[in-house]
Amino acid sequence: MTAFILRRLMQSVGVVAVMSLIVFFGVHIVGDPVYLLINPQADQEDIEAAIRALGLDRPIWEQYWHFLTGALQGDLGRSFVFGEPALKLILDRMPATLELAIAALLMAIIFGIPLGLYAGLKPQSWVSKTIMAGSILGFSLPTFWVGIMLIMVFAVMLGWLPSTGRGPTATFLGITSSLFTLEGWRYVLLPATNLALLKISLVVRLTRAGTREAIHQDYIRFARAKGLPTHRVIGVHLLKNILIPVVTVLGLEFGNLVAFSVVTETIFAWPGMGRLLISSIQSLDRPVIVAYLIIIVLMFIIINLVVDILYSLLDPRVRLGEKSA
Amino acid sequence: MRFFRTMLMAAGVLATVAAAPVSAQQIRIGLSAEPTAMDPHFHNLTPNNGALSHIFERLVETDPKNRLIPGLAESWRTIDDNTWEFKLRKNVKWHDGTPFTADDVIFTFERAPNVPNSPASFASAVKGKTIKKIDDHTIHITTPAPHPLMPNDMSSLLIISKKHGEGAKTEDYNSGKATIGTGPYKFVAFVPGDRIELVRNEDYWGEKPQWEKVILKPIKSGPARVAALLAGDVDLIEDAPTADIARLKNDPNVEVSQTVSRRVIYFHMDQFREETPYITAKDGSKIKNPLLDKRVRLALSKAINRNAIVERVMEGVAIPAGQLLADGFFGVSPNVKPPAYDPEGAKKLLAEAGYPNGFKMTIHGPNGRYTNDVKILEAVAQMFTRIGVETTIEALPPAVYFNRASTGANGLPEFSFILVGWGSDTGETSSPLKTLLGTFNKETGFGAANRGRYSNPELDKLIAQALATVDDAKRQDVLAKAVELAMEDVGLIPTHYQINTWASKKGLKYEARADEYTLAMSLKKN
Repeated sequence: MTAFILRRLMQSVGVVAVMSLIVFFGVHIVGDPVYLLINPQADQEDIEAAIRALGLDRPIWEQYWHFLTGALQGDLGRSFVFGEPALKLILDRMPATLELAIAALLMAIIFGIPLGLYAGLKPQSWVSKTIMAGSILGFSLPTFWVGIMLIMVFAVMLGWLPSTGRGPTATFLGITSSLFTLEGWRYVLLPATNLALLKISLVVRLTRAGTREAIHQDYIRFARAKGLPTHRVIGVHLLKNILIPVVTVLGLEFGNLVAFSVVTETIFAWPGMGRLLISSIQSLDRPVIVAYLIIIVLMFIIINLVVDILYSLLDPRVRLGEKSA
Repeated sequence: MRFFRTMLMAAGVLATVAAAPVSAQQIRIGLSAEPTAMDPHFHNLTPNNGALSHIFERLVETDPKNRLIPGLAESWRTIDDNTWEFKLRKNVKWHDGTPFTADDVIFTFERAPNVPNSPASFASAVKGKTIKKIDDHTIHITTPAPHPLMPNDMSSLLIISKKHGEGAKTEDYNSGKATIGTGPYKFVAFVPGDRIELVRNEDYWGEKPQWEKVILKPIKSGPARVAALLAGDVDLIEDAPTADIARLKNDPNVEVSQTVSRRVIYFHMDQFREETPYITAKDGSKIKNPLLDKRVRLALSKAINRNAIVERVMEGVAIPAGQLLADGFFGVSPNVKPPAYDPEGAKKLLAEAGYPNGFKMTIHGPNGRYTNDVKILEAVAQMFTRIGVETTIEALPPAVYFNRASTGANGLPEFSFILVGWGSDTGETSSPLKTLLGTFNKETGFGAANRGRYSNPELDKLIAQALATVDDAKRQDVLAKAVELAMEDVGLIPTHYQINTWASKKGLKYEARADEYTLAMSLKKN
C-alpha cells in the first residue's frame, strides 16, 4: 500500500510540472495583463514601470525559471492583481468553497441515493417516474438560470433565505466554517442546492441503474430466500454492491465542485476559489491561474487515491498494489 | 418529496426566526467590482479608490458633479507661476487620535510612487513635483513649469499616516494594521471576495456620518445584485444593469438615482498606416487606408444614428455624444453638438473621397468591458453597411483585446477601427485630449492611449498651452478650442456618454456621482 501511494505521488509531480509549463506559456501567448490593470490615464513611462514592476519585461523562459525556482521553495509567485502571494489568496478562499462543495455533496448523497434506490426497486410506480423525469431536468437546466430562479423564488418572493454571500463563521476543532452556525446554513442552502441539483440527478441515475441490475442477481434472491428482512437485504447486501460506481463518480464530482463551481459562486457572490479563478483568467493574473491549477491537479490526484482506498474497503477483492500496475 | 417539503418549511421557519431586524443604523452596499487591496496606493482603479474614500481622504475632494471642493486642505492657491500653496486643516485627527500634519502629506508623496508590485501606481499624481513643508499646516508644491492641474492631481491621491505607513506593505493595509485614515469611517475588516466592514468615525472633523456600520459586498453578477436588493439583503447597489432599470424605476420599494458619467464611448481609427490591415476594397483587394481622409471619417460619424444607440441599445441609459465629456464638465465646448444622423450626406462624402461604392471593414471591440459593448458594435456595423461600408465585427475578451489594440502589430496598435471607452479621472477635457488625441510621444507623455495614432501638431500646441495656463477661465477657452479642433477634424468618433445608475431601498436616496464612486456618505435617509 505504501509503495502504491508513493508511486502515485511521484507520477503526480510529473503531471504538475507539465501542466505548469503549458499554463504558463499559454497565458503568456494570450498577452500581458498590464493594459487591463493599469489606470488608463497612465502615460508611456507609467506603463513601462508597471511592466517592470510585474517582472513582465523579462524573457518568458527567464520568468518561467524564476517561477520554477520559487515553486520548489513553496513560493508560487505573487498575484499581479492583488499583490499578495497567489497561494495565500487561494488558501484563504478555500474553506468557503470546501464547505459549499461538502454541503452540495451531502445533499447529493442524502437525496440521490434514497431516491435512486426507490426508483430502482419500484420502477413502475408513478413516483419513480416523477423522480426520473426530475433527474432529466436536473441534468439539462443551466446552472446559471436555476441559480437566478432559486434567488428569485426563495429570496426575493418568499424572503425565506438570503440571496447572496456567505454567513457568519464559527471555529470548531480549529476549523473555521460557516457550516458551524445556524445562520451560516441559511446562506449555504441556496448555492448548495444550485450545485447539488446536477449531482443529485447523477446519483439518482447511477443508483437506480445499479439497483435494477443487482436486484435480480442470485445473492439477493438467496438473501431473500434465507428470510432476511428487506431492510437488511437492501441496506447491506444490495447497497454495498452498487456503491462502487457511485463512490467513484462522487469522488470526481467532489473535485469538480471544489475546482469549478464558478457559476454558482458568481451568482451567489460566494467568496470562494471559483470566483477567484474566473476573475484571474479574465485579468490574465498568471501566478494565480498557475497556482490554482497546480492545487487542483494535486487535489484530483489525492481524491483518486482516496477513491481507490475506499474501493478496497467496499470490495475486499480489490487489491491496491495490483491496480496500479 | 415529503421530506423536501418539510425541509423547505423548516427553512422558512428558520428564516423568520433568524432574520432579526437589521439595525437601522447599518447599511449594506452591493458593489459591482471588488476592490483589490486596502492599500490606497497599490492599485489606481475606481473600485479601490471608491471603497478607500470611506477610510482615507485627499487634500482636494470632488463633489458628485466632479467639481473640486476642499478636503484635507482647506484652501489652495498659486503663489508664483510654478508653486502651489496648500493650507491644511488644523482640527483633523487620524483614527488613532494622532493629529494630521504636513509630515503625513510629505510621507504620502514619498510612498505613493514606490509601492512594490503595484500594477497601477499613483506615480503620475506626484511625478515632477517637489513638496516642501512650510509649517505643520502649510505645504508648497513646486513644478518645473506652470501646472494648473495641481488641485486635480491632488484630488486623486489619498493621504496616509506617516506613523502607520512607514515600512508598511500592501499586506499591512489589507490586514488593517496600517489602515488608519482620517475619513468618516474606520476600517474593521477586509475579507477578500466577501466584504469590507467599516464603522463610523465618531470624531470625524466634517459632517457626522449617518451610518453606524457600513458593509461593502462585491456582487459581480448584475442580475444577482438586483435580486439582492429586491430580497432586502443589501440596501444600495451600484451599476444597475440597463435591462433592469425600467423595472426598478416602477418598483414602489426601490429608488433609482442617475447621473451622467465622465465616461465617453468612442471609436478610434487607424490614422498612421498607409495600408490598414482590416480594411479592403469590396472584392478583398488591398486599398490605401481610407481613414486617413477626413471626409471618410466624417462620413462614418454621420452614419451613426446616436439616438438609436441610446434608445435601443442602451435602453435610454446614455446620452448621445459629440465630444469628449458631457455638458457641464470643465473644458467642454458649447459649440460642439453630436453629429446629426445623415446617411445620405455620409454617402455623398464617401463618393467625394473616392469611395462611391464604399469598402469592406472589420471593426473590433471588447466583449464585456463597457455596458452593452458588443450590441453597440453590432448596431454600428449595420449603420455602416447601410451607407455602403460593408462592416463585420469581431468582439474579443478584454484581456486579449486591449493587448492587441495597444501593441498587437509589433508594438503598434493592430486594429483599424475600435470601440473604446474613456473615463476622465480629472473630470475635465485635458485628460482625454492629451491621452487619446495628442501625438504619441514617450518624452511628452502625450497619446499614451492614442490607439489610432491621430496626430495634429496644431492640436498638440493647444493642449500644451492649456496644460500651462493656470487661469481657469483662459484654460477653459483653450481647452474648448482644442476640443472643437479635434472634433472638427474627426480625430475620433464619440457615440455616447454613459449614465451611472444606483438603486436603493425605499426611504434611502443615493446622490449619484459622476466619478462612479459608491460612497456611504452619499446615501441619505429620505
